Amino acid sequence: MTQAVLHPILGLELAYWQETTIRVLLGLVALLLLTGGAVYLYLFKFVSFMQSRLGPMEAGPYGSMQLLAEVGKWLQKEDIFTEDSDKFIFGIAPAVVLASTFLMFVVIPAGPNAVVADLGTGIYFVLAMSSLSVIGILMAGWASANKYALMGALRAGGQLIAYELPLILAVVGVVISAGSLNLQDIVAAQSDGAIFGWTGIGNPYILTQIVGFTIFLIAVQAELTQTPFDMPIAESELVAGYQVEYTGIRFLVYFIAEFATAVAFAAVASTLFLGGWQLPGAWGISDGAMNAIGPIMISTKAVLLVGVVFWVRFSLPRFREDQLQKLAWKVLIPLALANIVVTGVMKVVF
Amino acid sequence: MNSAALIIAEVVPLVTPETTFDVPANVVFAVQAVVMIFAALRVVTTKNIVHAALWLVVVLGGVGLNYILLQAEFVAVTQFLVYLGAVIVLFLFGVMLTRAPLGVSDDLDNNQKKIGIGVGVALLAVLSYALIESFGRSELTFAAYEGVAGPNTNGRTQAVSDAIFGQYLIPFEMLSLLLLAALIGAIVLARRD
Repeated sequence: MTQAVLHPILGLELAYWQETTIRVLLGLVALLLLTGGAVYLYLFKFVSFMQSRLGPMEAGPYGSMQLLAEVGKWLQKEDIFTEDSDKFIFGIAPAVVLASTFLMFVVIPAGPNAVVADLGTGIYFVLAMSSLSVIGILMAGWASANKYALMGALRAGGQLIAYELPLILAVVGVVISAGSLNLQDIVAAQSDGAIFGWTGIGNPYILTQIVGFTIFLIAVQAELTQTPFDMPIAESELVAGYQVEYTGIRFLVYFIAEFATAVAFAAVASTLFLGGWQLPGAWGISDGAMNAIGPIMISTKAVLLVGVVFWVRFSLPRFREDQLQKLAWKVLIPLALANIVVTGVMKVVF
Repeated sequence: MNSAALIIAEVVPLVTPETTFDVPANVVFAVQAVVMIFAALRVVTTKNIVHAALWLVVVLGGVGLNYILLQAEFVAVTQFLVYLGAVIVLFLFGVMLTRAPLGVSDDLDNNQKKIGIGVGVALLAVLSYALIESFGRSELTFAAYEGVAGPNTNGRTQAVSDAIFGQYLIPFEMLSLLLLAALIGAIVLARRD
């Protein structure tokens, strides 16, 4: 993926733009493969088994081509704009949401060099980019000229702002422990760490930051507007919230963005708390080989965490709107602040 | 008008330092400056209040891009997180919660237009004078970054935090206190009982 990796494989020198193009394309492939895989694995199969049914079985072996069939169906549908809607805003709103999702993947590392851009502000950048999707959702809700859509967008706005705070505060504990915002540094800090002198598996922050990990996962559940936090698209109250007027390819974009964001947050959580692309412990593997093993490691961890998100989604009923806000402001944020204080004290003491 | 002043502040110091800026950065700056000026004008001239807020997204995003061109990565990300992710969202949220008609509304102007223009021009003059007086045609030096590592490291973020929690600790804490007071004041005003 970089010169260091490609030299032995392709034996050529790459210009900056060529290298960047290759990185972006590989990143896109990884993103779509993981998203599609997670949708098939969890939305189609996992939930079907939970509900004692088989799920899709016709398209491809064991229904594995079902997602492609669905995409084909959406692409054929008419692209409908309602009479009163604000056509331009309505049209670009899905693109804003999708761009926010794609930008999150830019800094997530999958190996020593396997990252699109290794920014110094890594995790901060991810959180900033994830917060931009709210703008797209509010645009969609307003431009739809539909009161259910507007209500859904307003609920989404209130919810995403409320849960951004515990999300960011939960990450601060890890940043204090690792002493860096850079995701590669956080991975290195975990693999170089030791549990009371034992360096067998490094020191994944899920052990010391279990409170932060729990808060992070709950906040992610809300950021993704998955049940039990799916008030913005609550189908029994708001039909489909801000998505109600969307059809065809624009609805498909929302669908991709929703699950790609789930994968992105799961990958971030694995990087922050589960050791990222590193194997547990030092195996003495070269950087070049880790560029191939790392993506497998982080994909496995991320897909397992997406499984947790869906497990919760299909197990719990929806909260009430006031319960949602109470949980964020009265439980998660104070807990996250206490976690930061304790982490800071421990960092100074040890 | 605040946003217009912001852009002016960004656009005026055309000090064109030869070594810190390379050609691509200059080209990006030129394009982005034009886009930002156009968007800022649309913020105040558009006839739809939600469109005004969305044009403001373009302006504030351009400011963030400007910070990236100045190699201030942490500040740029903060700009995106705070202004685009929170301030604009609260704008849109407030506007949509109260009144947000689709289409054109005619009552967005008021009789303070002339005062607004006056304030804007005065701000432009003061900021231009201050910036040209302090920097002239000299190169930007990135004083805080001297001696720390380049992009893709934590060096610059550490420089920012050292400045905030060292040299500027008192102003920083005073600002926090001010924000806290404003927050409590808002709650007191908004509570009905």
